[in-house]
Amino acid sequence: MAVASQGGEAAVVRAPAGGGVMTRLGRLIREVARRPAGLFGLLVVCLLFVVVVAAPVVAPYGPYDQSIVERLQGPSLKHLLGTDELGRDLLSRVIFGARIALGVAIPAVLIAMFVGMLTGLISGYVGRSVDQVAIVGMDAIQAFPAVILALALLAVLGPSLRNVVIVIGVALAPGYARVVRAMTRAAKQNQYVEAEVSLGAGTTRIAVHHLLPNIAAPLFILTAMDIPSAIAIEAGLAFLGLGVPPPSPSWGALLSDGFRYVLISPWAIIAASAALMLTTLGFAMLGETLRDVLDPKLSGTRRWRKR
Amino acid sequence: MLDYALRRLVMTFFVVLLIMTFLALLIQLVPGDPVRLVLGAKAPESVVQSVRHDMYLDKPVPAQVYYFFTNALRGDLGVDFQSQRSVTSLIWTALPHTAILALASLALAGLLGVPLGVYAATHPGGWLDRVTAVATISLITMPAYVAGLLLLLVFSVHWPILPATGTGSLSDPGDYLTHLMLPAIALAVTWIGYLARLVRTSMLEVLNERYILAARSQGIRDRLVVYKYALRNAVIPTIAVVGVGLGTLLGGAIFVEVIFARAGLGMLIYNSIQTRNYPIVRGGVLVVALLFVAVNLLTDFVYHMVDPRIRVSS
Repeated sequence: MAVASQGGEAAVVRAPAGGGVMTRLGRLIREVARRPAGLFGLLVVCLLFVVVVAAPVVAPYGPYDQSIVERLQGPSLKHLLGTDELGRDLLSRVIFGARIALGVAIPAVLIAMFVGMLTGLISGYVGRSVDQVAIVGMDAIQAFPAVILALALLAVLGPSLRNVVIVIGVALAPGYARVVRAMTRAAKQNQYVEAEVSLGAGTTRIAVHHLLPNIAAPLFILTAMDIPSAIAIEAGLAFLGLGVPPPSPSWGALLSDGFRYVLISPWAIIAASAALMLTTLGFAMLGETLRDVLDPKLSGTRRWRKR
Repeated sequence: MLDYALRRLVMTFFVVLLIMTFLALLIQLVPGDPVRLVLGAKAPESVVQSVRHDMYLDKPVPAQVYYFFTNALRGDLGVDFQSQRSVTSLIWTALPHTAILALASLALAGLLGVPLGVYAATHPGGWLDRVTAVATISLITMPAYVAGLLLLLVFSVHWPILPATGTGSLSDPGDYLTHLMLPAIALAVTWIGYLARLVRTSMLEVLNERYILAARSQGIRDRLVVYKYALRNAVIPTIAVVGVGLGTLLGGAIFVEVIFARAGLGMLIYNSIQTRNYPIVRGGVLVVALLFVAVNLLTDFVYHMVDPRIRVSS
C-alpha cells in the first residue's frame, strides 16, 4: 500500500509540500474539523485533555473525599452525577479518572509504537530469516486476545500502574510492527531507495530519511485508533481488579464498585460508562476522519442508485 | 494452494511452540515463591514441597518446559491447587458454555449486522445510512463490559425480565436460553456494528462492478441483484475478519461471564486469578490461545477456498 498522495482530498492537505510542520498540521486540523465526525472527535479529545490538565480546578470535590452519610445518592445539585458507596462525588472521580485513562493509554501506545516500529522496520528491511522470526513472534502475541494476554501477565506480575502500561504496550505492539513491516517492504522497492543504496547510504540513513516519512501517516492513524483500545483495556483490567490498584478512580474501578452496588444505585455505572463511551467514540471518530483525509483511496466511489 | 497451506501450517506450528514456551515460563515471573504465595506462610514445609514437586517447580527451568509440553500433549494440564481436580476436566466443563456464548453472539451479529450493512449500502446518504453510520461506530467502540453492565441495569435490575446471574442448565433449553440472552447481546454489540460497517463498505464496492450493471441492465429485480449477486461477493471479506473477531469475542467473554456469573472459561480464568491458582490460569489461557489460532487457521483456509482471486494471487 503506497502512501503517495493520489489527488482528491489528500492533495488539498499535502500537495504543497512547502510550509513548516506547524502550517501543515494546521491545515490537517482544519480539514478534519470541516467534517462533522472529525469536529466531534476533535472537540471530545480537546475536552478530555482540558479535563486531564485542569482536573483539580474543574472537579467540585477531591476524588477521595468521603462523606459517608451521602453514600449511593442519585444526581443532585450538590453531586451532579451522584455519589458512590463511600459517599465520594462521582463527577469528581470521573474527572480524575480521565487522568488514569490517558496516563495509561498514551504511554502504553507510545511503547507499542516504539517497539512495533523497531521490529517492523528491521524485519521488513532485512527480510529472510529475521523476518520469519519476527512474524512468528508477532503471531504468538496476537494469538492471545489482548485482554487475556494482559490478564495472564498481570496475574503473575501483580497489578501496578507501571505493569499495566507495559502489558498493554506489549499487547498492542504487533499491530504497529505489521503496518511498518508491510510499508517498509513496499517502500524498499522504490527507485529513490535504490538510488540511495547505489550512492552508498547506510541502512540507518535509509530507514530514518526515506522509510519513516513514508509510514508516518498510517502510523498516526493507527495511534489515534489504538488510544481508545488502550483506554478500554485499562478500564477492563481495572474492572476485573487487575488494573491500577484502588482507591484510584479508574473508570473501570468505578464500574466495578458500581457493579457491586448495582441493586442499590445505578449511578456509578452510568457515569463511568458515559465517560468511557464518549472518550472512545471521540478518539475513534477522530481516527476515522484522519484516515479519510490522509488516505483518500477509501472515499469517492460511485454510488448505487435506486431506479 | 497446497504450498500456501503448508507454509501456513509450519508457521502455526512455531507459533504454538512459542505460546506454550511462554506459558510454561510464565510462573517464573511471579515475584517470590508462587507455591508459598498460594498456600500461605503457615502451610507446613512438607505440603509446600509436595505441591512444588507436582508442578515440577523443583526441577530446572528447561525440564519444567519439557514436562509442560509432554504433559499437555497427553491432555494433562496439571491439577487445581485447591481441589486437586485435573485442570483439563475443569476446562472441559466450562468450555461448552463459552463456545455457545461466542457462537450465539456471532449468529446474532450476522443476523442484525449484515442486513443493516446491506441497507446502508443500497441507500447511501439516506437517513438510515447516516443513523447507522453513527450507530455502528458507537457500537464498535463500546467495550463488552459496558454493554453488559448497561444491559444488566436495564433488563435485570430496572425491569427484572431476564435473569441477572447464572448459566441455567442445558437439560432445560428454555431456561438456558433466557440466561444466554443478555450475555450474548452484550458480546454481540461490537460485532453488529463491525459487520454492518464491513458489509456496507464491501457492498458499495461490489455494487460498482460491471457484472452488477450487466445484471440490472437485463432487468433482474434489484432485490435479487443485491441479495443474490452482490451479497455473495460482499460477505467474503467478513469471513476473514470472523477469525480475528473471535479473539475479541473470547476476550470480551471474560467480562460478560463475570458480569452475568456464567460458568464459562472466562469465569474460570478470572476466579483462578483471584485465588492465584496458576495451573488453571495457565491451562485456561492456553486453551483460549489454541482455539483462537485454530479458528484463524480455519477461516484463512475457507477464505482462500471461497475466493478464487485470492487463491491465485497468493
